Amino acid sequence: MTSSSGSGGRLPAARGAAAIFLLIGVIVTLQVVREHRFASAEPAAQVLYLSSPAVLTRAALSFDAIVADAYWIRAIQYYGRARLLRNVNARYDLLFPLLDLTTALDPQFTVAYRFGAFFLSERAPGGAGRPDLAIRLLEKAMAARPDRWEYPHDVGFVYYRQGDYVKAAEWFTRAAQVPGATNWLIPLAAVTLATGGDIRSSRLLWNNILSSSEEPWLRRTAEQRLRQLDTVEMIQQLEQVTADYERRHGRPPADWEELVGDGSLRGIPRDAAGHQFVLNPWWGAVTVTEDSPMWPLPADNPR
Amino acid sequence: MRAIGLVALHVFRDSVRDKVLYAVVAFAVLLIGASYLISQLTAGQDLKIIKDLGLAAMSLFGLFIAVFIGIGLIAKEIERRSIYAVLVKPVRRHEFIIGKYLGLVGTLAVNLGVMSVAYYAVLAYVGQTMSESALQAVPAPPADPRLLVAIALIGLELALVTAVALFCSTFSSNALTSAGLTVGLYIAGQFGADLKNFEQVIESPVAGAVGRGLYYLLPNFAAFDVKAQVVHGLPIESGYLAVTAAYGLAYVTVLVVASVMVFSRRDFK
Repeated sequence: MTSSSGSGGRLPAARGAAAIFLLIGVIVTLQVVREHRFASAEPAAQVLYLSSPAVLTRAALSFDAIVADAYWIRAIQYYGRARLLRNVNARYDLLFPLLDLTTALDPQFTVAYRFGAFFLSERAPGGAGRPDLAIRLLEKAMAARPDRWEYPHDVGFVYYRQGDYVKAAEWFTRAAQVPGATNWLIPLAAVTLATGGDIRSSRLLWNNILSSSEEPWLRRTAEQRLRQLDTVEMIQQLEQVTADYERRHGRPPADWEELVGDGSLRGIPRDAAGHQFVLNPWWGAVTVTEDSPMWPLPADNPR
Repeated sequence: MRAIGLVALHVFRDSVRDKVLYAVVAFAVLLIGASYLISQLTAGQDLKIIKDLGLAAMSLFGLFIAVFIGIGLIAKEIERRSIYAVLVKPVRRHEFIIGKYLGLVGTLAVNLGVMSVAYYAVLAYVGQTMSESALQAVPAPPADPRLLVAIALIGLELALVTAVALFCSTFSSNALTSAGLTVGLYIAGQFGADLKNFEQVIESPVAGAVGRGLYYLLPNFAAFDVKAQVVHGLPIESGYLAVTAAYGLAYVTVLVVASVMVFSRRDFK
């Protein structure tokens, strides 16, 4: 083979660059064509190839921290994907194993324990509905860092969600006994024991979490829950209004306009995110629309 | 001493020509690129992950350099038969070995230094982009000087890996065999705790004693790993650091002396 350019067999730089750009264009075009012509298959169910923390910690050699980070990213992607898709049937079966592996590789990974406590204990569709696994993860956390009050507090939080206010108060008190614990744990334990499960104690719990947490995801969760509590309060008031209307007219209101026309409401009611509430005309129940960021309201709604 | 210095300088120059520094540039680019991408994925854990990634990359890149250049120190000279040209020069064999070792350790130190500068630059940048409340939430500041403790121990670990590689290459003429032995010893050295507790999982007292013996004899690389503690801002006792540093230096000395002894008795005819 001889070069036609006469440059000793070397491809001229300009021609080489042009060929590369051209080929990149072909690659991108082929990618686009393939995406349009062949619908991508539904991604296979997620699989955890290595599920033994003991094996994984050994296989990671001295790179356990970075492998823990990889599993952490996988855990939040796994959870976040179902939340973003608003999948009401999400089961989050892999959430515990992923967080278990993350914390086995890095036992100091505070956020992984707390994230697990919140979303493993939350009922579907927002979480896995597995408070037992949440507590198992937190027990591991307390063994790794007995000096942190946040973990016994989170155990109390899990019991609170389950409606076991005696145990919740017990764990809040235990958290208060950890040296350096925040000072609102004792009042929280008292309120939980006295009025656990009502909106006031729920608001106190989430306000305390908001004021004491610096972790962005936890703050966002607390802010969201406080707005959802506002929404729950509004729903309770609106259901009172619809019940009054039904008493007066012998049937529930057909729509919000009837209540506005009747003078029961000053305007169409909207939730904390500004979305119109949904009124069920058959039995007067009020709920949030699925388009609202308030949806789904936590299944463990306070009274 | 002059001969040792000359050999070390030659190794350093040779290593730089071996495109080792390209690895450092790749490391820096990887770190900077990853820091932007991962901040979108980590639910507020970007700083921890950048720290972990940086330390892991330093350790991994350093390991590659230590193993693949380390085994070439002697094995390649034998394979290429360039050892004969060296041995006829007025350089004694122990000077040759020590110079080779110090040259590579110097290369590793320079690489680790450049990587540390890039690492701190990224951390300082990330620190500047963080809000005051986010900075209060993290257990340790972004450009935490205590990270240098982990980096220093990575350096010492790499010096030990280099000594292992050098030792293996003195008695094995094949570079691949030397690499396999070095990597094998590195992996075995990560399982110190398992070897120590071997007798708890088997019934044979002899095998248990062998496991325990290996625990004390094999280089315990796991002892140099304090990356997670430093990233979480946990204190590391100065006594631990002193004992680990002394252990590393003692083991390096033993391996270099053993390398000199093997190399001095080796017949290259």
